[in-house]
Amino acid sequence: MNELTSLTAVQAAKLLREGSTSAVELASAHADRIARLDPSVRAFLRLTPELWKEQAADADRRIKRGEAGPLTGIPIAVKDVLCVKGVETTAGSQILRGFRPPYTGTAVSRLIGAGAVILGVTNCDEFAMGSSTENSSYFPTRNPWDLERVPGGSSGGSAAAVAAGEAMISLGTDTGGSIRQPAALCGVVGMKPTYGRVSRYGLIAFASSLDQIGPFARSVDDAAITLSLMSGHDPLDATSSDRPALDVLNNYAGGVKGMRLGVPREYYDVKGIEPGVKAAVDSAIKVLRDAGAEIVDVTLPHTDYGLAAYYIIAPAECSSNLARFDGVRYGMAEPDAPNITDAYMKTRRRGFGSEVRRRVMLGTYALSSGYYDAYYLKAQKVRTLIKRDFDDAFTKCDAIISATSPTVAFPLGSRTQDPLSMYLCDVLTLGGNLAGLPGISVPCGRSEGLPVGLQVLGPQWGETVVLRVARAYEEASGKRAEVAHVG
Amino acid sequence: MASWEVVIGMEVHVQPRTRSKMFCGCAVSELGAPPNSHVCEICLGMPGVLPVINKAAVEACIKTALALECEIPAHTKFDRKNYMYPDLPKGYQISQYDLPMSVNGSLEVAGRKVRIRRVHLEEDTGKLIHAGDKLHRAWESYVDLNRAGVPLMEIVSEPDLRSADEARDYAVELRTLLRTIGASEADMEKGQLRAEPNISIRPAGSAELGVKTELKNINSFRALHRAILYEVDRQIQVLESGGAVVQETRGWSEAEQRTFSQRSKEFAEDYRYFPEPDLPPLQLDRAWIEELRSRLPEMPAARRRRLADVHGLAAADVALIGSDRELADLFEGAVAAGAPARPTANWIVGEVAPSGKMPSATNLAELVRQVAAGAITRDQGREVLVESVETGRSPAEIVAEHGFAQVSDEGELTVVAQAVMDANPKAVADYRAGKKQAIGALMADLSRRAPQANRKVASELLLKLLG
Repeated sequence: MNELTSLTAVQAAKLLREGSTSAVELASAHADRIARLDPSVRAFLRLTPELWKEQAADADRRIKRGEAGPLTGIPIAVKDVLCVKGVETTAGSQILRGFRPPYTGTAVSRLIGAGAVILGVTNCDEFAMGSSTENSSYFPTRNPWDLERVPGGSSGGSAAAVAAGEAMISLGTDTGGSIRQPAALCGVVGMKPTYGRVSRYGLIAFASSLDQIGPFARSVDDAAITLSLMSGHDPLDATSSDRPALDVLNNYAGGVKGMRLGVPREYYDVKGIEPGVKAAVDSAIKVLRDAGAEIVDVTLPHTDYGLAAYYIIAPAECSSNLARFDGVRYGMAEPDAPNITDAYMKTRRRGFGSEVRRRVMLGTYALSSGYYDAYYLKAQKVRTLIKRDFDDAFTKCDAIISATSPTVAFPLGSRTQDPLSMYLCDVLTLGGNLAGLPGISVPCGRSEGLPVGLQVLGPQWGETVVLRVARAYEEASGKRAEVAHVG
Repeated sequence: MASWEVVIGMEVHVQPRTRSKMFCGCAVSELGAPPNSHVCEICLGMPGVLPVINKAAVEACIKTALALECEIPAHTKFDRKNYMYPDLPKGYQISQYDLPMSVNGSLEVAGRKVRIRRVHLEEDTGKLIHAGDKLHRAWESYVDLNRAGVPLMEIVSEPDLRSADEARDYAVELRTLLRTIGASEADMEKGQLRAEPNISIRPAGSAELGVKTELKNINSFRALHRAILYEVDRQIQVLESGGAVVQETRGWSEAEQRTFSQRSKEFAEDYRYFPEPDLPPLQLDRAWIEELRSRLPEMPAARRRRLADVHGLAAADVALIGSDRELADLFEGAVAAGAPARPTANWIVGEVAPSGKMPSATNLAELVRQVAAGAITRDQGREVLVESVETGRSPAEIVAEHGFAQVSDEGELTVVAQAVMDANPKAVADYRAGKKQAIGALMADLSRRAPQANRKVASELLLKLLG
């Protein structure tokens, strides 16, 4: 294995500063690995060689001038829902095939400004709707640890790229677990920040009140650095917080001694949790207790209703967010129709895949006159109750720990015929989205030879607490994210 | 035959005076700008972009609401109104549904209070331009999104208006108010003010509302008046011939001077309103609202009362001067500078308003004083006014330069009068023989010889010399 592709960003930045490698060399090593492995992993939809060559050369000049930051020259990959100027961005959908945005989203633009080098665009479920990346309209991505299994989703390409050593860091988006769940299934670190921490400008929306951009990495430090560089108020996003950006120098390395970590019984005993996953979480709990944390029982009584509420709110918002894909201004168009309504229907029927169409219809129904109160309004009330559950829990503990996903990576095709079983993948993660909380998934051992993720959830704006627990666990357990030996 | 009562509620869309659009930084375009020249990724509804609220539009809306004596609730939010149409780039319009910026106001029209239900903010749609015709299968439609995302205030009245006259007066008064507070230029021809009356009729004395129709495509106050008259007549005919009014949207055809069915509510869209998740609910700063309230100018109704009661102006002058803040400011400014009220009003109504060119209040005051004191003639005064407006110079300066000052000196005028009498012996003889009208010919000759002569002084002198 090429050593350059198994480094963390912190390690690579040190080598770059010392001059033992260059950004160009680092990016080339990753490009070579992509060329070799990605035909089997299929994490990337598109590569951006012109972009990374230029950015890597810039980064090297910057390093020479002594102006390097922690991500200068670090090769990253971005999910296909994040707009990058001039780079085809399609949200995994046919309807946006050929669309090259004339703008770069704020989060990506901040990383580019910090000197990150963009290797390419990663695969995802169409419009981020899915938990296995099998809903990509292009092809499914494979789990680097077992190519017959899914990488999780919807940010499966980003998770797989980092797990396969094809990118050092990648960006995903998390609407119901779409960063944390694939991170767990691929054995890497994945973090969803507090809603409002990172600007959504340039993120092709799935569900606006739930979506957040976050990093995948092979260490908690790398995730923390990436998140801090993306965070902070953006005048282009009215929902981005005007709190100061997350401070990377903020000490989250203090360990868990004296911290109270809550184990919600509804999460611990969640229906369908695999024994191997439970065992891995049990040993993670033990590691944290041994490291000085106090483990407390907490309860999130409305958990059972979370999935239903989520599958009303997210489709409702998506039915409206996706209305703009009408074939009039960009993307796929089917203008050969007798009237505008037929043209819309033809474009959208051909352009959207079945899961997207299902959710648009679900959401349209939930918002319809006569049904709004019974569905959308009721779901919003449930959302309030779920927030309150977390508020109550956080009076008894500093952070919440659980499995990230009830199962390890499942075989390709095993759930595609049953949407409900697919929706259950998010049962432990979507509460964090409904409540807008920060959460992270860190590798915590294996079950059946496949990675298991430990989820840490914190109170609103409590990223530092989440990172502190995750880092303490990483250190105490010695279970660092590894690069998969593919094929 | 039963007599009918007309019931009208008004929905008025007003474009507030802002530099940029409602949710992006695009400049608001002038009428006639090239299509799609004032657009960006946000108002084009490109993937991944987000709206940000224009504070100037909120300010204009709050000022309007305060001027209409509305309540401003503590919380307000934006909602999405979902429907697909090529002039609506996002597939939804950002508007306000159940928590509008303001509620429960009123507007005084001709001494009567018309209740205002709500004033809220939303964004305009784009414009479709159709070319060719269906017959020749050359039908093409073009989309111009310059207007997409332009801010609009929607001002909704209760159904308190009872005639076409009242509805027109309401719209005119609203325009006056909006201009007075500087919230909008409210030019109907430029589409900055669009009035949509909701009209129904009911048997006089009935408390129940009839089925209403909503009229669109109205481009002037005159069209508003005529469209309502037409529609009321149409509804009466429908009901009196045993039919039923259909609830629908009807367009006004200026060419045919009639209303026609546009969209029946039977096929009404379900707009699936829900809270706009991209914009957090607004909690307006009460101190800011109070500051805006304190900065509001006097309302037109109050000002008109003062013009009549304090300055004693005639009703017609009150109506004209009181409906234009600039004219009213000019009037009161000139009076404050010492000009007499009624002559000042006459000058404004007769000269300033028709010309549309504004002198300064001090210059107008000086001019009115000079004419009133007989220092210059009225005709000279007109010339001085025009020149003063064009150059900004003071009337005194202009009068002096042109030698306009009237000659009132009796010594000088006696010389001229004697010369006139010497040149017109027949007229003098006629006058002295009792033909008093002969004085006209003598005065005419005097004016020719001495245009600056003060006519009053000159005619008294002539009479004295004639004995």
